[in-house]
Amino acid sequence: MISKIKEIYEYREMIASMIRRDLRGRYKASVLGFLWTFLNPLFQLFIYTMVFSVIMRANIEDFYIYLFIGLVPWNFFSASLAGGASCVVAQENLIKKIYFPRLVLPITYVTSALVNMLLTFIIIFVVLIFSGHGINVLALCFLPIVFFIEYVLALGICMLTSALTVYFRDLEYILNILAMAWMYLSPIMYTTEMVPENLRSIFKLNPLTAIIEAYHEILYYKMIPQISTLGSAIIWGIVFLIVGVFTFEKLQKNFVEEL
Amino acid sequence: MQVGNAIEVHDITKRFKVYYDRGKTLKERLITPGRNKAETRQVLKGISFDVKKGEAIGIIGKNGCGKSTTLKLLTRIIYPDSGSIELNGRVSSLLELGAGFHPDMSGRENIYLNAAIFGLTHREIEEKVDEIINFSELEDFIENPVRTYSSGMYMRLAFAVAINVRADILLIDEILAVGDVSFQTKCFEKLKEIKASGTTIVIVSHSLGQIEQICDKSIWLEEGRIKKEGISKFVHEEYLAAMEDRRLDQIVKEKENEIIKNSKDEITKDNERITEKKQDKIKLQPNWCINAIRSGNRKILFSKVELRNQDNRETMIFDTGDCLIVHMEYKTNYENIEGNFGVGINRDDGVYCYGTNTLIEFKRMIKVKQSGVIEMKIPNLTLLPAKYILDVAIHTEDEIPIDRIHHILEFQIRSNKKDFGVARLENEWKGTDIGEIK
Repeated sequence: MISKIKEIYEYREMIASMIRRDLRGRYKASVLGFLWTFLNPLFQLFIYTMVFSVIMRANIEDFYIYLFIGLVPWNFFSASLAGGASCVVAQENLIKKIYFPRLVLPITYVTSALVNMLLTFIIIFVVLIFSGHGINVLALCFLPIVFFIEYVLALGICMLTSALTVYFRDLEYILNILAMAWMYLSPIMYTTEMVPENLRSIFKLNPLTAIIEAYHEILYYKMIPQISTLGSAIIWGIVFLIVGVFTFEKLQKNFVEEL
Repeated sequence: MQVGNAIEVHDITKRFKVYYDRGKTLKERLITPGRNKAETRQVLKGISFDVKKGEAIGIIGKNGCGKSTTLKLLTRIIYPDSGSIELNGRVSSLLELGAGFHPDMSGRENIYLNAAIFGLTHREIEEKVDEIINFSELEDFIENPVRTYSSGMYMRLAFAVAINVRADILLIDEILAVGDVSFQTKCFEKLKEIKASGTTIVIVSHSLGQIEQICDKSIWLEEGRIKKEGISKFVHEEYLAAMEDRRLDQIVKEKENEIIKNSKDEITKDNERITEKKQDKIKLQPNWCINAIRSGNRKILFSKVELRNQDNRETMIFDTGDCLIVHMEYKTNYENIEGNFGVGINRDDGVYCYGTNTLIEFKRMIKVKQSGVIEMKIPNLTLLPAKYILDVAIHTEDEIPIDRIHHILEFQIRSNKKDFGVARLENEWKGTDIGEIK
């Protein structure tokens, strides 16, 4: 296991290059190019603002900000869940031709999605400042911890799903549906208080509940998050990472024959 | 792992499931379960070998014998069903060149990307990028996107990256067919240089000549097992002879099929001829040397080959400076047939010491009557002490083998002096302090 980690560390340049290739290659042929990384969420925000402050008025103050803060981390998570499932299958050519630690692929995919999310956070900060909502600098110090927990959870899940998808291609589509359901089961468009009291303990089993809540606490409520609420997310993250790594390593031996 | 070994392969087996037509999705698998029929094919049936550090080995064999599978296992693209493979050091493979190239990125960017996939760090790539560009001879195009490259340029770039990774172990699959002749030569020279610098090399190839030039050892695979392992030159001789035999058997079989169509009389006649031929083959197989490998169309046959000394006595032991006579007897059933008689001497570690033939010596072919004797005499045998191996052959003028026997005899050379090398070159010394010694 330690030698595996060491090997992946030796391939860090490969991970970095692939992420660079991914980020730069994504909008390569378009006129505005890299700018789309920012334009996309900006327009998304614009649309939500229009819909929720003019048409569907929710009784949450500054609802578009609340929504956006939850939506950006969710987009990262759902990309890792549904999109990440095909990250091994998509690199079929590379896998068949050359040796490298296969774990590089999910790591690359999830990290690339994380970088994308971090760039989008620039928009969030801009909006928070210019809308007059404001920022609590002390609370912001906890943001990297939340990023990290979400990253670990997403990585573990991506390792698991990407390896299983090689053997069972339907998983990709099943996960798309699962992602849709999962979004509505997480406090993105509503607050936890809106969930009926008797269901709340089940609701909190969802690891994303704690993570999204933490984002809200830091950026929307401008308060220091309660680490205790993140506890279950940390445990889930570690469990998924361990299960993910072992499953992936077990299954990767037959990748070439199955692809 | 033993000290000094770069690769240890221990009793590996590999099966492949060959699906006729496989459903990949749930629906396909549920609706048409019959389609998922698979046949298992045992490609490797227990292979073990070691490669020492700095050694180069070639893997040969006909198509489907498992040589590419072996290389893929060494690359760790696939894993064995049983047995173990241990590799010591960084591995680079030239299996499929240009894996991971991005068509929209420039040549330079692709060098960085591709080298990273080989596991190099940013600094290592930085150090080598100029060398790689130089080697690829693509200086003028290096900033252009790779999709604008010709296939030759593409391969050159890919090869330049792969070969400059400076691995401890280099695995190569039939790749010395890159670019034009001058680039191929360059790759070949580079490969020799890499070998000289102590890199362990494993090559899978059909080009036996190239393997012989680079490799110390060859492994001949047949039907998933090691058929023979040893000094490249000797393994290849045997391999080629086996291939030739197979071809001849094929011809005999075809003939037999033809005969069935013809009349009975001819069947018996032809059968007799074939049996006679087979008996001839057995009878004339020299039994005093088990290693002999014989090939050719056998229109003329060696019936006896002996080594004799100056007293015309048969012997296997000579001293440096002795007279050596290769005494060959032959016979033929054909009339008006010509042959070119040749003799070759190899040292037992594969060094080809000397070879000549009657065509070189007399500039003409020899008309062969029913039977005859031919002798080649080396009055002053200058070879130094070692075990030597004798090859004899009869060829047509177009180099088609009539009867070729590799490793027909072995002989030993002793010496009174302790000079070194392959052969003793006549030498005279002169000096202010030694006078003149002859």
